[in-house]
Amino acid sequence: MAQTGRPLSPHLQVYKWQVQMVSSILHRATGIVLAAGSLLIVWGIAALAAGQDAFATFSACATSALGTIVMIGWTLAFFYHLCNGIRHLLQDAGKGYAIESFVRNSWAAIVIAIVLTVAVWAYVLLGARA
Amino acid sequence: MSNDLRNPLARARGLGSAKEGAGHWMLQRITAVALVFLTLWFVITVLGLMHADYATARGTIAQPWNAVLLIALIVTMFRHAVLGLQVVIEDYVHTRWLEMTALVLIKFIAVLAALAGVLAVLRIALGS
Repeated sequence: MAQTGRPLSPHLQVYKWQVQMVSSILHRATGIVLAAGSLLIVWGIAALAAGQDAFATFSACATSALGTIVMIGWTLAFFYHLCNGIRHLLQDAGKGYAIESFVRNSWAAIVIAIVLTVAVWAYVLLGARA
Repeated sequence: MSNDLRNPLARARGLGSAKEGAGHWMLQRITAVALVFLTLWFVITVLGLMHADYATARGTIAQPWNAVLLIALIVTMFRHAVLGLQVVIEDYVHTRWLEMTALVLIKFIAVLAALAGVLAVLRIALGS
């Protein structure tokens, strides 16, 4: 970057913490996580195509303790990016820009993502026991 | 680079910054809308196969509609991922050669992974 000596914007350390900052940063962070995760999806499909042994290896990795933690984090990243992505699409259509609703739908994206993640994993883990 | 091959009027007629931001922006959103439906279908399909054995899982993906939707998901997902990662790299990597290298690298990886994924679905669907 050119060293101009002028102040940079946004000047993060003087900003008051706001949920809108978090929802924006999380959207990028979860996007990067999902991009990495898309390689794992390809691994799974390639294993399914390669045969029973390859798929058993994939399944063992996916259902191991580490694999389960990764998949829970991945689920949360996915549902957050989905909810906040829909929020961004609505904003692109000019909706929800008033400060009050902007803050409210920032929280909504975060809360709905957590609820959906809990719902999916309750289904997975309780279904496994039944 | 390609900007230099167009005369100033042609660039101005493209409006905006006379680069390709508008096309990038639009494609990011079109793929996003497609992915809302494709990913939800994928999650529901995977949840349905959670306790299935190998043959059932393979048989499900081999169904023509499932194979088509899965290929659509793979292509759209990597396109959307490259568009998003590109913006992140352009925003945060300020060393020009590192930026260019990263931009080319994510495209190479995405194309290879997408091709591998599509080939895998075709192998499953065609039973080879």
